[in-house]
Amino acid sequence: MTEAPDVLVLLSHPALQKSRANARLLAAAQGVDGVTVRDLYECYPDFHVDATAEQELLARHAAVVFQHPFYWYSCPALLKQWLDLVLDYGWAYGPGGTALHGKLALVAVTTGGDAAAYRSDGHNRFTMTELLRPLEQTTHLCGMRWLPPFVVHGALRRPAAELDALATDYAALLTALRDGRLDPARFAGAPSIDAPGWRALWRTADSTSEVHRAR
Amino acid sequence: MHGEAFFRTAVVYLAAAVLSVPIAKRTGLGSVLGYLLAGALIGPFALDLLPHGETTDVLHFAEFGVVMMLFLIGLELRPRLLWSLRVPIVGLGGLQVVGTTALLGAAALAIGASLREALAIGMVLAMSSTAIVLQSLAEKGLSRSPAGRSAFAVLLFQDLAVIPILALLPLLATHGGATGSAAHDGADGGPGTLAVLATVAAVVVGGRFLSRPVFRFIAEARLREVFTAAALLLVVGIALAMTAVGLSPALGAFLAGVVLADNDYRHELEADIEPFKGLLLGLFFISVGAGIDFGLIGAAPGRLLAIVAVLVVLKLGALLALGAAFRMPLAQSVLFSFALAQGGEFAFVLFSFAQQHGVLGPEQTGPLIAAVAVSMALTPLLMSTEEHLLRPRLARRSRQADDAADLRRPQDEDAPVLLAGFGRFGLVVGRLLRAQGIRTTVLELDPAQIRMLEEFGFQAFYGDASRVELLAAAGAARARLLIVAVDDEEKSLQIVEQAQRHFPHLHILARARGRPHAYALLRRGVRDVFRETLGSSLDLGAAALRALGARAYEAHRAAALFERHDEQSVRELAEHTSGDRKHYVSAARQRSEALEALLLRDRETFARSDDGAWDPPGSRPDGRDA
Ligand SMILES: Cc1cc2nc3c(=O)[nH]c(=O)nc-3n(C[C@H](O)[C@H](O)[C@H](O)COP(=O)(O)O)c2cc1C
Repeated sequence: MTEAPDVLVLLSHPALQKSRANARLLAAAQGVDGVTVRDLYECYPDFHVDATAEQELLARHAAVVFQHPFYWYSCPALLKQWLDLVLDYGWAYGPGGTALHGKLALVAVTTGGDAAAYRSDGHNRFTMTELLRPLEQTTHLCGMRWLPPFVVHGALRRPAAELDALATDYAALLTALRDGRLDPARFAGAPSIDAPGWRALWRTADSTSEVHRAR
Repeated sequence: MHGEAFFRTAVVYLAAAVLSVPIAKRTGLGSVLGYLLAGALIGPFALDLLPHGETTDVLHFAEFGVVMMLFLIGLELRPRLLWSLRVPIVGLGGLQVVGTTALLGAAALAIGASLREALAIGMVLAMSSTAIVLQSLAEKGLSRSPAGRSAFAVLLFQDLAVIPILALLPLLATHGGATGSAAHDGADGGPGTLAVLATVAAVVVGGRFLSRPVFRFIAEARLREVFTAAALLLVVGIALAMTAVGLSPALGAFLAGVVLADNDYRHELEADIEPFKGLLLGLFFISVGAGIDFGLIGAAPGRLLAIVAVLVVLKLGALLALGAAFRMPLAQSVLFSFALAQGGEFAFVLFSFAQQHGVLGPEQTGPLIAAVAVSMALTPLLMSTEEHLLRPRLARRSRQADDAADLRRPQDEDAPVLLAGFGRFGLVVGRLLRAQGIRTTVLELDPAQIRMLEEFGFQAFYGDASRVELLAAAGAARARLLIVAVDDEEKSLQIVEQAQRHFPHLHILARARGRPHAYALLRRGVRDVFRETLGSSLDLGAAALRALGARAYEAHRAAALFERHDEQSVRELAEHTSGDRKHYVSAARQRSEALEALLLRDRETFARSDDGAWDPPGSRPDGRDA
């Protein structure tokens, strides 16, 4: 095995000092071996993204995780800037643009609205799968393999203990990702990667009981 | 003794110029015609205010203005640019001289001159007036247009052609007049080819290698008039040396100008020589005006008018044919032809030279000299005709409407940025612009700094940017931005004032040493004022916040907010500083209170920033526990 870590977590949060959900997820991710965490707002407070450095980093990882709070049904501004600058024509797509081909793409997103709000009859009228289509298509164009999102709903209201449990889940998910145990083909039709029925594909029995206890 | 007489004459010349030139300019006739009319007015045939027998002396003295003009033109023509003009110079210029000589010679033959006389007349009349043409083109902003460049090329060739013409004329002599002894040195015998080559080589080598250290040495004395004296010494010295070996002094000065075109002291030289050139040229035009022999014209007006008409029409025809042969766009060709269709100041010298050598008789040269003078006076009118009657029509008729508009487009673009001050501050600005491929003309007052930067491949020009002449010489009229980066506050304000007065189109961006300097700049209407330490203190402040554990983005935003607020406060306070001190202090206190409030608001804003509209009140049962 190579020394190089496999999973790159791109965290985008403009005010992480006040975060409940993403701060916990971040701590969990940092605890997993073989995961590189890149805190974009810390790297580029002036939005001056270094595309070359980012591309080199991407090239060294087999999976990319976009972790961020859901802002206006989308990502925080810096991640958009990052996408615009890093996913270069001729590098990420277009002729010769094969640098990302075959890499896994996963979104880990926290929302203020709860799960019921993200349904066709809910407050937000669309499902997360639908709302994440732009990013899904972006990764698709770059030849990446899309996994269903990891979603933390109701992030503002959830009790701390629940958030802690979800963070443990997140760590388990990243471990599975690192170990190559997540095959997008097996998740066809999953609304989210942690939906009941699909969890079992990556969550080992003992760690699941831990979460139940926490609830 | 002569003192009083001298001053009386000076007053006449100056008053004539001061009165008539502004009127001529206001009426759209241009300064050249104004000077010529002034000369005619004070000349022997009207008010007769000039001491008799001295006008030709004045004319000779004033001709030095042409030398200076060619020196200045040379300064603007880098050797590379000159080289790129070689085809127009030799081709256009050569054909113009040969063709016009043939046409005018044929006309002379037709009215009964001998072949030799006709040849002499043709050659002499083929010359155009460098002074009038270039001055008029410059005044109309057309010097750098393709037509302007072509006209210049022809004039330069004529300057060169004078030398062989001087050699040829004595050979055409039929009836032996005064001979060789009174003749021009260069024409027969005199110093040989070796001396000529040595002088030219001295100018080139001296200009390349000696001028820089010498100018630096003089500049370090920091006495402006000494530098001016040096500039004059240079031009006069070269003119003398050239005359001594039989070359045209104007040509020599031009050569010196070209050699110095890449020099750091070029703009300073331009600024120093320019006023002298302007005055001398004015004097020259006045003398030409005063020299027009209205007696001769009055005696046979019909005959004289006929000569002028033939002269102008044939020259015009030859030039238009050349324009067509060289495939100039029609509008350019017309401008080029109308500009050059006159006899030149060389004719005065050459006709008297021909007379001395017995090639032509006084009964021939008299009317011809008068006709040349009249044709020179007609040039501004001809050019006005071109500008107001022909050009608009050509523009309308021509398929490519931009053909005529093209007249104004400079051929080699000027640097869009003028940067005054190339010290610690200006250097960074200059490097940034250079990295973006933006050409910048740099002006710097410290010769040591100029030399140091030279070693790193930067060219800065020596000179004090608070002088209008220097700004003008550095291309302020054609630049878009003026960046004032000097560290002397007084100087900085002077530069701004001069630029605002004389080049109001310039967008000024200024470095401010501190708040008071910033206030002064703002009160003068400069919008882009940059306090030299603000940027880095804010950067350091943000770094301190980070070192204390703030998030990078948080620190960045704090600094940015602070900066916005601070810039606002400087702008508001600028209006109060002119008042009494008490008022200022209280305004400052208000400001700091407002600042506190702002920072407080800032903190509150951040505290609320992650509240979505989706969150019902009290959405955090467990408080802020993260
Ligand atoms: C500018 C802004 C826009 C938001 N837009 C949405 C949204 O469209 N949908 C939603 O469910 N929550 C939205 N939220 C709530 C955030 O998703 C929520 O604050 C975040 O997921 C909490 O995670 P954190 O504790 O890591 O900051 C928004 C919050 C902010 C500040």
